[in-house]
Amino acid sequence: MPSAPGPKASLYVTCVIDQLYPEVGVSVVRVLRHLGVTVDFPPDQTCCGQPLFNSGFAPQARQLARRVLLSFKDASYVVVPSGSCAAMMRVFYLDLFDNDPVMRQQANEFSSKVYEFSEFLVNVLNVTSVGAQSAGTATYHPSCHLLRELGIQEEPQRLLANVDGLEMVDLPDKETCCGFGGTFSVKYPHISEGMVADKVENVLSTGADTLVSCDMSCLMNIRGSLSRQQKPVNVKHLAQMLDREAS
Amino acid sequence: MPQVKTQDFFDASALSIKDPELRQALQRVGTGFDKARREAIDEVSAEVWEQWREVARQIKEHTIDHLDYYLELLHDNVNKNGGQVHFARDAEQANAIVADLVKSKGVKIVTKGKSMVSEELSLNHVLEGLGTEVYETDLGEYIIQLADETPSHLVAPALHKTKAQVAQLFTDNLGVPYTDDIEEMARVAREALRGKFLAADMGITGANFLVAETGSLVIITNEGNGRLCTSAPRIHVGITGMEKVIPSLHDLAVFLRLLPRSATGQRLTSYMSMVSGPRREADEDGPEEFHLVIVDNGRSKMLADPKLRESLYCIRCGACLNICPVYQKVGGHAYGWVYPGPIGAIVTPSLVGLKQAKDLPFASSLCGACREVCPVKINIPRMLLHLRQELTENSEPTVNSIPAWESILARCYTAIMNHPTLLSMGTKLLKLLQMPLARNGRIQRVPFAPLSRWTHSRDLPALPKRPFREIWRQELSGPNQSHQ
Repeated sequence: MPSAPGPKASLYVTCVIDQLYPEVGVSVVRVLRHLGVTVDFPPDQTCCGQPLFNSGFAPQARQLARRVLLSFKDASYVVVPSGSCAAMMRVFYLDLFDNDPVMRQQANEFSSKVYEFSEFLVNVLNVTSVGAQSAGTATYHPSCHLLRELGIQEEPQRLLANVDGLEMVDLPDKETCCGFGGTFSVKYPHISEGMVADKVENVLSTGADTLVSCDMSCLMNIRGSLSRQQKPVNVKHLAQMLDREAS
Repeated sequence: MPQVKTQDFFDASALSIKDPELRQALQRVGTGFDKARREAIDEVSAEVWEQWREVARQIKEHTIDHLDYYLELLHDNVNKNGGQVHFARDAEQANAIVADLVKSKGVKIVTKGKSMVSEELSLNHVLEGLGTEVYETDLGEYIIQLADETPSHLVAPALHKTKAQVAQLFTDNLGVPYTDDIEEMARVAREALRGKFLAADMGITGANFLVAETGSLVIITNEGNGRLCTSAPRIHVGITGMEKVIPSLHDLAVFLRLLPRSATGQRLTSYMSMVSGPRREADEDGPEEFHLVIVDNGRSKMLADPKLRESLYCIRCGACLNICPVYQKVGGHAYGWVYPGPIGAIVTPSLVGLKQAKDLPFASSLCGACREVCPVKINIPRMLLHLRQELTENSEPTVNSIPAWESILARCYTAIMNHPTLLSMGTKLLKLLQMPLARNGRIQRVPFAPLSRWTHSRDLPALPKRPFREIWRQELSGPNQSHQ
């Protein structure tokens, strides 16, 4: 366990966790505090702008990005429990301010402070085991932006492998998108449904009782389909698996 | 140009998904092509593969940045070899060039090698309109010509057809007994085409690469049909996009490694033909004339746009189609024009017009698998985002632009997210509104769009009692208890 005083991290909780899955945010805070991190939560944070950016509304996305930069201007680390929001803030803010040298410079500095949750644990805190325990079997879905925009592959799996009592099973075609894609899921629902159906089939084929990922938006999609089909698979964010107090 | 049906993407893709035979046929892209591609990469190691990609990317970058120079060099060297180069601004001009050749040289029968550019031009229909017999000789192209269809994949044009459908097609069109034995079907096609190769006056092929320093056209095939088209008839016409030029033979090597592995997982293609002009005096065979038609048809627009330029690096291997979960669901025809899949969603809007093809850039979850497999590292997701921005920012109040409600929604969303107090009020309001819909923490049906499109087959989580920000304020924001 790192000894005090630990690093300071500002939590960017993401809209999906804030509004729909607050328990995940609570687990993130507990895990970080357990590891000696001083956590703060800039209270005026809102959306990172990704849904707007991905839908082509760049000027509006820029407004929200400016807001995030301002809310987190004093942060030394920005910890984000989502691969796709972290990718937006680390990778796509630079694109967003491509024609604005001053803002781009700010975005660039900000970018180097942004860490996805598992990445922060493994690469900043140098923690691969948090002393969590669990029972049963779980399978891991690597979300697309986490994997392909941030290149985070091993970190979540190392953390999961060290959860005492948990057996990990490999998810077939794990790197295939679950079909969420933000507004894509309601613009082309028939395609999105087809994609999530494949993902669910693969999850069920593992026989695992729990599906873990680092993005609640993907998990909302997969869980929505599992629950409609009344399949009794638990769906958990990595932070919940690592949280010793989570039930 | 062939009929543009890109505006029907939504309905066409919905129909495709329900087509059981298409489902069966499409299974081959993931389990067949993509698996073979992965194995071929493993064999050379991911590290070496990465080096090849980087080299190829640099060659393409350099050539496209100096395209005028290399096209001129190519032109001069083709001329030196005794061939003739024709530049065509658009489809109409390209078709007219070939039609003039057909008419002036008394061409009756044309055999064709696989060429996506000729699909882009609808060249077959133009030539058939002149009374010329045109025979596709690539097996896949031959199948779809018999079926009067268009290709659904860059490399495997008849991918959408099952074995049984092809067997039936042969029985109906060629009068042969029904068999779904693949070797037997290939034999039937070979027999039907052999006579055409010998009788043809003109062979038309595409090109995988054009080598500027030697004035050569390079085609790779698996069936040897390309070589017969380029050598048996008295006239050979190569027709291809202007982006296919590379500087030298030295540069060709890396592409010959990348292309077959990316396309079909083959280490080497079965046939690699290099055509450098017509028959010379000492040659025993070969065409009397060689014409190279270099087509723009909208490509200079891509060249002029720095954000879209890299789409011209594409070597048409089809790897992005094979990995794409959207393509795997809907197949090629749903995209509504010649070039399907992720790269098609970039190229098609540039060639047929963005408004016409406005659905395509949105037909992606932006998962990024296409960029990962691209042998020349084309950043397709970034270009999709760029096209989405173009559509949104240039939207005029016409039927073709982004729906008004979407812009209104985006503006409202921005306003709310820009004011945390509005957000908190909004959350409270939604919590009231969801009451009749939510049960056991989930919503099974929302009666209005766009959320009804979600709840059609998926549950939606209900808003919890308190958002995280409230929990933080009430319970977590106290003194940090870091050592529990």
